[in-house]
Amino acid sequence: MAKVLLLQGNQACAEGAIAAGVTFFAGYPITPSTEIAEIMAKRLPEVGGKFIQMEDEIAGIGAIVGASLTGKKVLTATSGPGFSLKQEFIGYATIAEVPIVIANVQRVGPSTGQPTAPAQGDMMQARWGTHGDHPVIALTPASVPECFTLTIKAYELSEKYRMPVLLMLDEIIGHMREKIEIPDYDTIEKPVRKGPRVGPSEFKAYEPDSDGVPPMADFGTGYRYHVTGLVHDETGFPNGSAAATEKLLKRLHDKVERDIDKITMYEEYKLDDAEIAIVTYGGTARSAYAAIDMAREEGIKVGMFRLISVWPFPEKEIAQLAEKVKVIVVPELNYGQMVGEVKKAAEGKVPVKPMSKYDSEPISPKELLAFVKNL
Amino acid sequence: MIEMRLSGSGGQGLILAGIILAEAALLDGKMAIQSQSYGPEARGGASKSEVIISEKAIHYPKVTNPNLVLAMTQEAVDKYSKDLPADGILMIDTTFVKSVPEHLKNVYHLPITEKVTAELGKALFANIVALGAIVATTKAVSVESITTAILHRVPKGTEDINKRALELGIALAAK
Repeated sequence: MAKVLLLQGNQACAEGAIAAGVTFFAGYPITPSTEIAEIMAKRLPEVGGKFIQMEDEIAGIGAIVGASLTGKKVLTATSGPGFSLKQEFIGYATIAEVPIVIANVQRVGPSTGQPTAPAQGDMMQARWGTHGDHPVIALTPASVPECFTLTIKAYELSEKYRMPVLLMLDEIIGHMREKIEIPDYDTIEKPVRKGPRVGPSEFKAYEPDSDGVPPMADFGTGYRYHVTGLVHDETGFPNGSAAATEKLLKRLHDKVERDIDKITMYEEYKLDDAEIAIVTYGGTARSAYAAIDMAREEGIKVGMFRLISVWPFPEKEIAQLAEKVKVIVVPELNYGQMVGEVKKAAEGKVPVKPMSKYDSEPISPKELLAFVKNL
Repeated sequence: MIEMRLSGSGGQGLILAGIILAEAALLDGKMAIQSQSYGPEARGGASKSEVIISEKAIHYPKVTNPNLVLAMTQEAVDKYSKDLPADGILMIDTTFVKSVPEHLKNVYHLPITEKVTAELGKALFANIVALGAIVATTKAVSVESITTAILHRVPKGTEDINKRALELGIALAAK
């Protein structure tokens, strides 16, 4: 039976993880993400899973990488300071191709910043926080129901492409409570990991299928293989050759890029006849819906392109948008981050205006309306 | 659409009161959003819980045009009633609040904590008394739904005393 509840975004994220089949959480609580850990600590034992509070955020992500290698679906949750600490293992899980999901509920930074106040200042860190060239998938929910559905989606993508998926919440969405209809979890399709089709003796741990993704054997089932952060060949053992290096890095990128149209998710709101486009995401999108409704009442033709998947960035769609509208506005709770990507994709076809706010308060619909009217 | 801000000090149960109010609105078949802001302290420090109730979808989750501000401390009045329009409702707990802005016309002076301590023996139920007063004043949700929502949220064995706290609040606001 579907249930109608009043839930926080953080609660919906935790429930989405349970619905997707997560049975392991390791992490270190941090505001404003703590409710995710709190709920997982209560819910996981109920579904036969395990919760571990680790000594710090690095150990939290390390433990979920290990648990994922045994076939578990895993989650860790954090905020800015913890997200910084987790970057090393995000890179490790990317090159070792270990599916993990990390929820980052953004607060004001840098460093400890403002623990209880909202921000969207980790968007570029999500893209480039771990060193070296790497693909990234990051999703940004703008409502409590979307926290639930995108968390399930994160597992689908992470299992399919064997890589970390980042859930980029912000304090606004993480802590607000609104109505959500939760379906019966039995009706939700659980993402499935592609397993080996050959026996342990023939198995090459990093030999990809035609989709660029190698089947993954669970540790403890008789398959033995080497897992490393070093560049490796199909056997999983380090290989220092130029050919192996290029092959691996290209494959890691290609497995995502070839499916970019399937991964890209966005919402268009009143954009059909719009002359002004607001490109935004997460909690700030909530202000944009309201501001657009107010502007439309005054006859201003404005609409929104809401990023749902922020990484990989929907360059093609933004390029098309730039052909259609006269100006693009990018409101964000940071000093100007995704606006740079929008500018890059718009290639100078239309002016792209940042609307940056970094005083620990959300952008109100009135502020956004005033900005649009003063363009 | 009705926009309400419940403010006071951390530990007075105002975040829970906001959640209960929003859950009652869902029981009435309406849309509701609850949000809060608070400092890093577990107790003490200014705290606010905001509830928006509407027949239609609610986009922006924060209160921008409050219809009602409940203030359970002097700091809360000073900090959170600034954007209340002259005809908006300011509801104060006179146990802790001594002065109110002069321009406000619609002020309910309620001895919430004093009364609940005298009648039910504990200040703990002040948030439920406040809910009774808010519901009686604004009719934002039905008494039936707020009762159901309260009983759903409070610990077992405290149902009766919470019902009495709600009734106390409804009676206080009627005076």
